[in-house]
Parts: sequence; structure tokens; C-alpha cells
Amino acid sequence: MNFDLGVIQAALPYLWKGMQYTLELTVIATLGGLFFGTLLALARLSSIKPLSLVATGYINLMRSIPLVLVLFWFFFLMPVVIQSLTGAERPPFIGPDRTAIITFIMFEAAYFAEIMRAGIQSISRGQVNAAYALGLNYRQSMTHIILPQAFRNMLPVLLTQTIILFQDTSLVYVISGTDFLGATSKIAQRDSRLVEMYTFAAVVYFVISFSLSLLVKRLQKKIAIIR
Amino acid sequence: MAFNMDWDVFTQDATVADGPWWEYLVAGIGWTLTLSACAWVIALVLGSVIGTLRTTERTWVVQLGNAWVELFRNVPLLVQMFLWYFVVPEFIPPLKRWMVGTEPIYAQFMAAVLCLGLFTSARIAEQVRAGIQSLPRGQRYAGLAVGLTQAQTYRYVLLPMAFRIIIPPLTSETMNLIKNSSIALTIGLAELTFRSREMGELTFQFFPAFAAATVVYIVIAMSANRIMAFIERRVAVPGYIAGGGK
Amino acid sequence: MPMIDIKNVSKWYGSFQVLTNCTTSVEKGEVVVVCGPSGSGKSTLIKCVNALEPFQQGEISVNGTGVGDPKTDLPKLRAHVGMVFQHFELFPHLSITENLTLAQIKVLGRGRDEANERGVKLLDRVGLKSQAAKFPGQLSGGQQQRVAIARALAMDPICMLFDEPTSALDPEMINEVLDVMVQLAKEGMTMMVVTHEMGFARKVANRVIFMDRGEIVEDAAKDDFFGKPRSERAVQFLSKILHH
Repeated sequence: MNFDLGVIQAALPYLWKGMQYTLELTVIATLGGLFFGTLLALARLSSIKPLSLVATGYINLMRSIPLVLVLFWFFFLMPVVIQSLTGAERPPFIGPDRTAIITFIMFEAAYFAEIMRAGIQSISRGQVNAAYALGLNYRQSMTHIILPQAFRNMLPVLLTQTIILFQDTSLVYVISGTDFLGATSKIAQRDSRLVEMYTFAAVVYFVISFSLSLLVKRLQKKIAIIR
Repeated sequence: MAFNMDWDVFTQDATVADGPWWEYLVAGIGWTLTLSACAWVIALVLGSVIGTLRTTERTWVVQLGNAWVELFRNVPLLVQMFLWYFVVPEFIPPLKRWMVGTEPIYAQFMAAVLCLGLFTSARIAEQVRAGIQSLPRGQRYAGLAVGLTQAQTYRYVLLPMAFRIIIPPLTSETMNLIKNSSIALTIGLAELTFRSREMGELTFQFFPAFAAATVVYIVIAMSANRIMAFIERRVAVPGYIAGGGK
Repeated sequence: MPMIDIKNVSKWYGSFQVLTNCTTSVEKGEVVVVCGPSGSGKSTLIKCVNALEPFQQGEISVNGTGVGDPKTDLPKLRAHVGMVFQHFELFPHLSITENLTLAQIKVLGRGRDEANERGVKLLDRVGLKSQAAKFPGQLSGGQQQRVAIARALAMDPICMLFDEPTSALDPEMINEVLDVMVQLAKEGMTMMVVTHEMGFARKVANRVIFMDRGEIVEDAAKDDFFGKPRSERAVQFLSKILHH
């Protein structure tokens, strides 16, 4: 059996486009997930019972079912739902790319929310008391005292979750998205070069993930010193 | 609503199998659980061994364990699934011969079990290592001081406490495993998620199909949680507060 | 009108009663020490005064404003009541100066320069002007607690609450904090202090309150309390802590 590197070389431009999509999706989903995740975490921790229940329900739902299933939900049902909401004649074409963005943001928000919740709750009650004792209200205490400390504490975990997200983007395969893995797969099947292409994909993912995780470890050491 | 939801679809005949759709889905649940259980056994055994080895003093053993963990952690599960199904057999001719000759579902199952088992073993190795290292250093010294060998110290002093400590993260790892089993659908294994999509595509009743799958996963997740909580209570050591309290 | 007025206050955590019918008051300029064994509810009581802990029965008012009154603007009330905590609770991610100026700027609306100036003055008063640019993690416990006192004073409070301010300090640092508190008392600050430091009580307290199991058992002028304590429990408590 011969290992043909030429196939990989020839496909690089196409594969690079796939990687661009992977990276874009990772960044967008991280930012969106962080934003909504923080809101979700605050909702979950709030003393307004209905709000807290809805947030908890949403978080638990997203964490109980596979990402593949969530992708299917959005991919197959979002066009139909939008059609009935807008009263259009035919379901609009959403496509794997946009489906993926919405799905990943909504999915990751639940995971980021749990990380944020743990971070917020890890700040001692004494800090909350000290903030209130000075006359700061809830919003001020959160903004200036609790959230900054929580973010700092949770930064390594948040970054690790981002690395996981980077790997999870490969699942757009199940809705025929063309991310890095999707591109690799298409070349593999077109040229019947499964071994070379999938091995190459594994190596690329490994190098990127591993490097990022080393950076996170270094960051963790730095934070530990500052404490 | 523009789309009609026909909940009777579950009792209608499945076009791809004998019997109604709900039976078809239940068989899918069977595959999901079987796959998860087999992979879990591999993961637990392998993960415990590797995790324990990573806490010994021998550098090369520790580094080997670390390499194992890093290898499986940094490649997406889907890519690993493809590697096990498409690439590994190319390097092991007897395996390839068996896979080509046997029923597709067995080949898929084999690849999926190996993939999920080894992937999860790396994560469990990490939990076990963390659990052992969270014990006070004095425990190891105390074991050695009364004359136990290193192996005995692990067996009688360190591991019993470490495993109790890691029951919560182990629980979430178990739930992850069950969710990850859905990725086997990409190599054609007809587990629950695969079958729910198929049912949707053939009957256009996507909502009922996915709703059923969702409910099943939620029930499985809740059950796994309950079982682990029960185990945690049964093996709890009186008066010991594991980890850091809130 | 007393500065702090506590009337028939009872509090439950679920079905467990932690405060039973507590009644006392602190006049302007008075220094009242609250002592008692652990679990007696003294920390809980003082946290009720600025509504950090809610209470189910009774009334508390600070300078005439009802603390339990739903119409009261709590942040505004708390801005004028200074509190010092057992574990200092400086904000670790902010510098010492920022710890002192944050609430001045955000709650009292002072300008940054004014807030800085007052902060520096107070740091000087507690003997820590040189530490202004440092972070809490770089200071000793005694230093942190003195900064915490300065932080509370920066809000120009009408009264100060102290929740076991020296209990978390190593012995050699207790005096530097007590000295600051003694000075405050001499300058006429209204103070309610939960503490075990009876030397401090003897020096500057006007009254001593003894609590046990959620009740105020004794509430007497300092000399009466130390000279002829009336209750059995107070006698026992004093004998345990005074022979050290």
C-alpha cells in the first residue's frame, strides 16, 4: 500500500477553505456562546423563579442530548418553523453553514453557562457582602466585583471549552457542511484516498488542538503566579 | 402550523424494517446502550490503569500515559471514528478481511466500540489521575510507612478514596459517552439518532421522530445520574467531605 | 433617636431559629461590643443591621430609616453604614487605591481625583500610604484589614459595624488593627463591634452585649458587665476567655 502525499498537496487550497470555515465557526460560536452563556448563567442564578427555571431547563436539555441530534433538530425543522411563522409558500433554504452557526451558538451557550455559573458561585459570599456593604447594587456588584473575578478564575476552563468547540465543529459533517473535515472527506471520496486524507486530517487537528492546549497550560501557570 | 404532526406515525409500519416505527426506534436504543456499555467497560479498565500509572514516580511511564491522553484528546471524535473504520483496517490485513466479510453492522459496531472506548479511556485516565493527586500527600507516605508496597498502597489506601472522589466527574463522563455514541451514525451504525433521522426522512414526521429521540436521551441521562448518585451514597465514607465544599 | 435601633428581631434559617427576640440600641457616638460563644448569632445579628441578612420578625432602623421596610433604598442605606469583615474581603483584582475609590465613584458619585485624594488620606490615617499601588494579595492580614477599615471610612459613614475584625489575624497583627479601632472610637464614631477581644472592650466600649444561642442575655454598661455579670452563662463565658 502506498501513501500518496501528492493527493494532499494538490488538495491544499480546497482544504484551506474548509479550515477557514472551521476557524470562523469556532470564533463565532465562542463569542456568541460566551455572550448568551453569561446571560443564561445570570438567569439561572437569579432570584426570579420562572427565569431561573427556564434557564435551568434549557441548560439541562442542551447538556443531555447529543450535539448531532441538536444539529438535526435545527437543520430539518428550522426551515419548516420559519415557513409557518412567515406564512411563506415553501420552506426557506437555510443551508448547513447558517444552521451550524445558530446551532453551535445555542448549544455552546449552555456549556459556557455552566462554566460561568461555577465561576460565579466560586466567588465567596464575603465578596458579595463586602460589595453590598459599600452600597453597590446588584448590577454594580456583578459588573465590577463578581464577574471580573469569575472570568479570571474560569479563563482556563473557558479556553479549554473553546478547544473542545473547535473539535466539535467537525460534526457539521452530519448535515453536509464543508468544514475542514468535510473538505477532507470530499477529497478522500473523490480520489479514493481515505487513508491519506483522514490521517492528514487527524494530524492537523492534533497539531492545532495540542498547541492551543499548551498555550492554555502556560496561561494557567501565569495566573497561578499572580494569585 | 404549516407542517402537520402525525403522532400516530409511531404505530405505522416502518418501511425499512418489520414492525412499527416505535419498535424500530427501540432497537436503535438497544444499539446505543450496548455500544455505550461495551465502550464504558473498555474505557473504565484502560482509563483506571493509565490514570494510576500517571501518578507513579517512573518518568517514562508517566510520559507514556500523558502521550496516550494527549493523543486521544486532541483529535475530534468524528475523525477518530473515521480512522478506526477506514484507516486502521488498512494496516491490519486480518482485521480488514474480517470487516469486509462480516455483516456491516458488526464491523461498524467493532470500530465504534474501539473508538469510543479508547477515546473515553483517555478522559477517565485524566479523572483518575486528578482524583489520586487530590488526596493529601501524607496518605501515600502513611501507607508506605506501615510497610505496604507501592502496589498495595495504591490498592488499599489511594484508589479506594480516589474512586469515591471522582464519582461526580465520572458520572458526567458516562453521560458524555452515551451522547457520543450518536457519532457512530457517521459510519452507518443504526443507533437511535440514526434511526430517528431515517424515520423523519421517510415519513416527513421529523418532529415526532426527533422528539422521541430527545426524550429517550433525557431519560437515559437522568437514569445515569440517579444510578451514580445512588452508588455515591452507598460507598460514601462517613464524615468525609470530598473535594471542596461550596 | 438612637443611631441603630433593634426591636424584637427574630430570624429563622428554614425551621431553625437563629435569633430570638433581640432588642437593643446604639446611640450616636456609642461603642457597643457584642460577644458570646460561637453560634450565638452575633455575626448574624450584625449582618441584619445593614440588611445583608434578612430577618422575619421585628424591626431594625438605622438613623431613623427602617431596614426591613420594602420601600427603603438599601444600597443608599448601606453606603452610609460602614462594615468591616472577619476575612477582610478586599477585592483581590483591584489595587488598594481602586479598592478605596470604587464605591466612592460608583455609589457616591465622586470624581476620580476627589476619590483618590480621600483614599490616600485615609490610607495615611491607617498608616499604609506606601501600599497604595499594591494588590491585596501582596499585603499581610493586618495590613489588609486596616485597608478594609479605610475602605469603609472612605464612604463617610454615620456608623461602623465590625464582624470579628481580628479573629482571622495572626496574634502579632491584632494590635495594629485594634489601635486603629481605638482611635476611631476616641474620635466619636458610632461603632457596633462583634469581637472576642475583651481588652478592646474594656478600653473603649460604652456597653457590652452578651449573646448566647440567638438571644441577648446581657446588655450592660462596660463596668457592670465585667464587674458583676448577672447571668450564669455570661460568667462561664468570661471565665473561659479571660484566663488566657
